[in-house]
Amino acid sequence: MSGYRLPTGGRFINREHVLRFAFDGRAMTGFAGDTLASALIASGRQVVARSFKYHRPRGVYSAGHEEPTALVTIGTGGRREPNAKSTVVELGEGLEAFGQNAWPSVDFDLMAVNQLAGPVLGAGFYYKTFIGTGQRFWHFCEHFIRRAAGMGKAGLEPDPDRYEQANAFADVLVVGAGPAGIMAALSAVAAGQRVILADENPELGGSLWEEAVASIDGVSAADWTVARLAELDANPRVTVFRRTSVFGYFDDNVLGALERVAEHEPAPHQPRHRLLRIHAAKVVIATGAIERPLVFAGNDRPGVMLASAVHRFANRHGVAVGRRVVAFVNNDAGIDSALGAARCGVSVTDLVDPRNTIDPERVAALTALGIRLHAGHVVTAAQGTKGLRAVRVAPFDAHSGETAARGWKLRCDALMVSGGYTPQLSLCSQAGTPPRFDPLLDSFVPGEPLQSWRVAGAAGGGLALADALREGANDGGAPVVNNAAGPMRPLPLPRVPGAGKSFVDLQHDVTAGDIGIAHAEGFRSVEHMKRYTTLGMAADQGKTSNVNAIALMGQLRGLSPGEVGTTRFRPPYVPISLGALGGTAVGDHLQPVRRTPMHEWHLAHDAEMIAAGAWVRPRVYRLDPNESLFDAYVREARAVRESVGIVDVTSLGKIEVQGPDAAEFLNRIYSNPFLKVPVGKARYGAMLREDGILADDGTSWRLSETRFLTTTTTAGAATVLREMERLLAVDWPDLKVHVASVSDQWAGMAVAGPRSRATLQPVLSGLDIGHDAFGSMAVGDGVLAGCPVKVARLSFSGELAFEVYCGWRDGPAVWQAIIDAGAPFGITPYGTEALGTLRIEKGHISGPELDGRTTLDDLGLGKMASTTKSYVGGVLRLREGLTTPGRPQLVGLVSSENRALRGGMHLVAPDGSGPSQGHVTSTTFSPERGEHISLALVERGRARHGEALLAVNPLHGEQNSVRVVDPCFIDPEGCRTDG
Amino acid sequence: MRIPCPFCGSRDVSEFTYLGDASVTRPALGVTDPAVWHAYAYLRENPRGRHREHWHHSSGCRAIVKVTRDVQSHVIADASLEGGWA
Repeated sequence: MSGYRLPTGGRFINREHVLRFAFDGRAMTGFAGDTLASALIASGRQVVARSFKYHRPRGVYSAGHEEPTALVTIGTGGRREPNAKSTVVELGEGLEAFGQNAWPSVDFDLMAVNQLAGPVLGAGFYYKTFIGTGQRFWHFCEHFIRRAAGMGKAGLEPDPDRYEQANAFADVLVVGAGPAGIMAALSAVAAGQRVILADENPELGGSLWEEAVASIDGVSAADWTVARLAELDANPRVTVFRRTSVFGYFDDNVLGALERVAEHEPAPHQPRHRLLRIHAAKVVIATGAIERPLVFAGNDRPGVMLASAVHRFANRHGVAVGRRVVAFVNNDAGIDSALGAARCGVSVTDLVDPRNTIDPERVAALTALGIRLHAGHVVTAAQGTKGLRAVRVAPFDAHSGETAARGWKLRCDALMVSGGYTPQLSLCSQAGTPPRFDPLLDSFVPGEPLQSWRVAGAAGGGLALADALREGANDGGAPVVNNAAGPMRPLPLPRVPGAGKSFVDLQHDVTAGDIGIAHAEGFRSVEHMKRYTTLGMAADQGKTSNVNAIALMGQLRGLSPGEVGTTRFRPPYVPISLGALGGTAVGDHLQPVRRTPMHEWHLAHDAEMIAAGAWVRPRVYRLDPNESLFDAYVREARAVRESVGIVDVTSLGKIEVQGPDAAEFLNRIYSNPFLKVPVGKARYGAMLREDGILADDGTSWRLSETRFLTTTTTAGAATVLREMERLLAVDWPDLKVHVASVSDQWAGMAVAGPRSRATLQPVLSGLDIGHDAFGSMAVGDGVLAGCPVKVARLSFSGELAFEVYCGWRDGPAVWQAIIDAGAPFGITPYGTEALGTLRIEKGHISGPELDGRTTLDDLGLGKMASTTKSYVGGVLRLREGLTTPGRPQLVGLVSSENRALRGGMHLVAPDGSGPSQGHVTSTTFSPERGEHISLALVERGRARHGEALLAVNPLHGEQNSVRVVDPCFIDPEGCRTDG
Repeated sequence: MRIPCPFCGSRDVSEFTYLGDASVTRPALGVTDPAVWHAYAYLRENPRGRHREHWHHSSGCRAIVKVTRDVQSHVIADASLEGGWA
């Protein structure tokens, strides 16, 4: 028990409104306006987490988004959120929080034995231990190490919450609503501009609430702030986003922001988070500065806390972090925090400051409040395991950087530390030149803008209130500040010498010693040190550790921090929920669903739908609910072979190719000749990539001398059109050709089977599709069900078949008319499963064979390719590597015991030995053959018909002996397409 | 990033598809030397600074735009139309 609620005070809390919450199952209470951290401290809770590597007990360290230690898991089930910063989690009724990275609990953590192993778990532990020992040893140890090290665990259930994304626009975006941000927003709106003011906290005002100045424009800082915020809220040209972290500065002055809309309390019809893309003509970066820790032995003990945080907890939440509080600061702002906390009622007993000369006004204030000042002293160690019990204080020689004596013990249960302030220049760094070092501030400040922004206030180094107000206003309209603080000049103090772990990066457990190791082992560049020690690579991105680490490196190398330089800041500035990045594009809304015009008919006839890219297509139609998938597709495929079936092929890509040079164009992009395709005929074409690999296939129907209707695969439609457009615009602008997608203009259906002609002809007028009049590949216009249609005699199934295309809206009528006309023959609608069965039986290629690695020759289509013309991929398809004899070739497989194979099975020698010789691409049961058949790509396959192989699937422990056969399983002469 | 489309004006990059290096020229029809085609299909310079690129306004007017873009700063110095309208 250390922290407690002060009897009075707490600007942000409502003592009338008690909230119940639980930490690790223990019931606690707090007030509305508390953060989880303030409520935990007020309840006397000191240990709230265990550290990443050594499992050291950790308490709350800050009061804001920079929090490195007090990470907790919030919520349960699908709403479980690990690594939440308790300092920014707003307390809500019934909130459930859990300590993490500890077993069984943060109070008693068996993993803390890691502390004993501390000496071997230092920087580079993994590299040194596991490089050279072989993978086996790593795999043995990995499980234990992964369990022991780490942060919280994410939930496994789907997130039940909703997320959304939005665009926002402004003349001026002001990031941060502290003194500089408020003035920037006020002056922009006074100039008639549209302003967005975003702040990551629920309450605007920033450091103004803790401001030590006597007055602003004659009133207290708090009254001034309340009045200005009311002005901004009332102005219709200002949009204020609270709880909104601007996390990234992207090209063209577009900034990313995360608005936590309903995280603190569930709100009906509101998303949990909203991702905002803010397009701003100008940006004012007023992100302020955060306090730096001091590095000394035991500086991570629960009870050691940033000085400003102690002040904030007291002022905002009426919480004292301890009963005997000592301050250890190297700068005037730190003294102000100690004074501020004391004025709020916190019992601050002593102030330790390494400087010998201290501002007399502040000395007087300390004396007046009864705080003993130890000038020219430092804290050399913090003592106590689960809570601070005492600190050691020793005289300090600023010249040599040494502590003069062993010092003495000072009893306390909380220590407020301040090592100066670090401007928050992440956004500036993302859109500007590298930050530069300011020795006066002992910190980095922003470089020059490379986009349209300016920095104002503490973010740019203007730490004093008057500077922040003036830089924010930027037009001379800043208010008058009385009793302004002098310049805040910290005494550089990278590390207090002393034995024991002195933490630089509290979140990743990186100590000053680790930085020394990195230096000794040659990792001297800041980028190398960062990667070797993992400093600054935790979820807090080194917000509190970066500058101290660079100062330490500088000390080791004899350089100034400016000469060492800083790593580049990258978005996101704070962790962003994956849900917000996904927005509404999840589940069924991942992409727009494309449905064919016959979709409703399919559903009404018990189709089981399956996704085919963005399309949904019938997979099978179930005659009754008990019919299995297998029975259904076998029935459908058999019907096509024996009588007639109909399949919806609307999803095929359809492209109009028009112009005097249309035939010449197709001749150049397809590997086979197209110049002499007669009007009224279709031709199958195979298209290569420039590198000679097969890209896509389809048919092109010559509708007139200057007009083709080209079809593509469902998956290839967009790529083929884009490549056509590119070739026409970039490479062959002289060709008089236009292309346009008509995929959504035509509905398509294939009527296949020996009775297909008998089905179609009676309902088709204006077109004779008789055997002689309408030969293979013929194309013609007719009228069906009163609708104009195009009919082509094309076969994918190997049976006599016709493709019927009609206008999109006519699709259902034409489909129904064909269904009615085929009724006497038992016309059977079939889905993608039977479609696959029919084409595998014929050895026709489809997606699994068009895998981006196969050539025409591999698939037995080499003879199609023209040897006389020039076409895309024509030269490179003959290059070495694509013509070597050992390439995989398309074959058929039958399994010896007539067992089903699985797509993706590998084919090895019959005794199971040797490397893979190929793989199964497509597989089905063939009703026609009464056995399971497959297509496969096998090395030199065409010369190996009759050979035995073993198909293996090590993942499922399956193997089947198979025999290599011709890929065309039925009707190799192709007699059936004649009906 | 935003790309100035000659037809549509400045549009978000999400409307465009990158089509590759615009500084390579397709060999003439009839060239049969594999080395020439190999160079066209595979060899690209990747200099720091300005690149000439093709961007397809695939979710817009479907124009193909030749863009001069600094790959370090993403600053677009020039954008012109490719093809018969250019």
